[in-house]
Amino acid sequence: MQEYVLSVKVANKEGVLLRVSSLFSRRCFSIKSLNAAETEVPNVSRLTIVVSGDIKVLEQIKNQLMKLHDVQEVKILTDAVCREHIIVRAGRSVEDRHGIIEIANLFRAKSVDIAEDSIMLELTGKPEKIDSFISLLKPFGIVKMVRSGITALERE
Amino acid sequence: MKLSGSDIIVECLLEQGADTVFGYPGGAVLNIYDSLYKYSDKIKHVITCHEQGACHAADGYARSTGRTGVVIATSGPGATNLVTGIATAYMDSVPLVAITGNVSCGLLGLDSFQEVDITGITMPITKHNFIVKSVDELADTIRLAFQIANSGRKGPVLVDVPKDITQAFAEYTAQPAQQPEELAPLNADEINAAAELIANAKKPYIYAGGGVIASGASDELKKLAELTDAPVSCSLMGQGAYNETDRRYIGMLGMHGTVKAAYALNNCDLFIGIGTRFSDRVTGDTSVFGKQAKIIHIDIDPAEFNKNVEVFQTVNGDVKQVLSAINAKLTQQSHPEWCAEILDGDFGEPVQTGTKELPVTPEAVIEELDRQTNGEAIITTEVGQTQMWAAQYYQYRHPRSFVTSGGLGTMGFGLGAALGAKVGNPDKTVVNMAGDGSFAMNLNELITASAHGINIIEIVVNNNVLGMVRQWQRLFYNKHFSQTTLDARHIDYTKLGEAFGVQTFVIEKTEEIAPTLAKALEISKTAPVMIEVRIDRDINVLPMIPAGKPVVDPITSIDLEA
Repeated sequence: MQEYVLSVKVANKEGVLLRVSSLFSRRCFSIKSLNAAETEVPNVSRLTIVVSGDIKVLEQIKNQLMKLHDVQEVKILTDAVCREHIIVRAGRSVEDRHGIIEIANLFRAKSVDIAEDSIMLELTGKPEKIDSFISLLKPFGIVKMVRSGITALERE
Repeated sequence: MKLSGSDIIVECLLEQGADTVFGYPGGAVLNIYDSLYKYSDKIKHVITCHEQGACHAADGYARSTGRTGVVIATSGPGATNLVTGIATAYMDSVPLVAITGNVSCGLLGLDSFQEVDITGITMPITKHNFIVKSVDELADTIRLAFQIANSGRKGPVLVDVPKDITQAFAEYTAQPAQQPEELAPLNADEINAAAELIANAKKPYIYAGGGVIASGASDELKKLAELTDAPVSCSLMGQGAYNETDRRYIGMLGMHGTVKAAYALNNCDLFIGIGTRFSDRVTGDTSVFGKQAKIIHIDIDPAEFNKNVEVFQTVNGDVKQVLSAINAKLTQQSHPEWCAEILDGDFGEPVQTGTKELPVTPEAVIEELDRQTNGEAIITTEVGQTQMWAAQYYQYRHPRSFVTSGGLGTMGFGLGAALGAKVGNPDKTVVNMAGDGSFAMNLNELITASAHGINIIEIVVNNNVLGMVRQWQRLFYNKHFSQTTLDARHIDYTKLGEAFGVQTFVIEKTEEIAPTLAKALEISKTAPVMIEVRIDRDINVLPMIPAGKPVVDPITSIDLEA
């Protein structure tokens, strides 16, 4: 099973996210992540969807998406800038702080909120970088975290 | 001109050429029904007994006429009662516009009386749906609904209109009817490749689906068959796409297709699938389906390509345009040996037999119906054994003469659909072929037939069992006839028909078939009529390919003693 990144332009209308996600669910396509937000054009949103499957499934996903009235464009990204954003709170006690800050510096993550036992960090980068950031923080205890899912734009 | 929302709805329906609608009134659509009252000289409304029947009627109207069907229902249960009908239309790509009322905008989302999120519910079973929250957008939304329903691969669209929107006023200017969206031009490479494959084939075989009917491509299909010199099959949805009395026609393909069609599938070197989605009921085991052949797949919907069956060559586009383009590239082909092998071969197709007590067979009834109507009737069906028999034994000569729920397999579809077909084709004989199981599901619509003088013929093939399920229970469930024997019902069809104002006859003996049908056909010129046909409960639908098995050597007889 391979992962693919789809960039989908949709009309920014009521229920459009439900239309897209329900299509995935009823056709048994699996979504690894989905990110949705407005674009430079008013009333147009871009969804960045990471899917897993083989090339046949990918072709199906693309064709089925194109049948939705509110979907304007579906691109399978091959050469693109892919980024993910993470906000994570790590640490169990004051003793953890030094190690966490060291990792944050290594990754050029920003500390955005410091509590007594834990620190909240934010970082933007390639998904693999986010993965290794998380695995290095794990020994210190991850209290909670949120990942944005991949956002991506193709290169010119 | 300032009009109320409900007047705008009716004006827009008239704009789109919809002069007949099916529906059922209720609280949230009171304004719409007030406008229908006002416009009653311009637009005909048929009230059914249940919203499901109205939806099937709009569907049957659309399938049999090619025009968009329209159904109106109130909010809440009125809207949810449409769901089966909409899903039926969606699975078979039928252009349908459903208009539902809803509670006023201020009451939405508050669990108000008769409120339901019908756009949410119907999202997976419509091409698209709308909820209109501003009266200024109402007219364009209705227009767009018609356009979407009719563009590309057709299908149902739902427009949900809150009550206050139907009451509010907006500026209205009449517009010409919406035209379907223009399709992308055909891909010349695909056309050339397909034409070349056909020119190089030694044993071509044409398989036509419902897309041929939707696109109005029967003439082009006939031309292709002649140029290619190939045998032709139609799917269940494709019945009537090709004149079945033509010598090239070899019957349906698939689970209950002919032995001949299965043989052609497994011995052709080129399989030309046209306007079809390779349903599992046709392909059986897809890993072996047509493996020795190259498959050309022609369809308007690219999402159907390689979805169920891997194909060699795809051709995307409207079937009529594609076939014209391919025909223009083809020179006359000739395959005398292949055609003789298939068309003249005796493949031992099964013949039905009754018992001593119940000698009548569906085959005999339907073939007699074919004779007496010269194959010119519109046949609608319920779902199950009788549906298959209607497909197998009536010879369809024209597109839109067979109306059946192929994809969803909706029991209870046929009677409503027959009403719609008759309203849309008042000069044609319309016969609904029902089993006793399906009949009992929506028999209330017989009332609609007699109340409105919708003069259909309802044939109930009564075996007192849910025959298709029984057939599977016999073959695959050790004859555990679980909940499929309906002996306890004791329905007197003659009295039932009479109570509803529908004259009813019984066929129990072979010699009663012809005179009873003749009588019913005569009566149906002025009134609806019902015939109960009593048959043995163990007449099976044959041939048969068990689900998921390769379409090879169909079962042609079932040992009842085994």
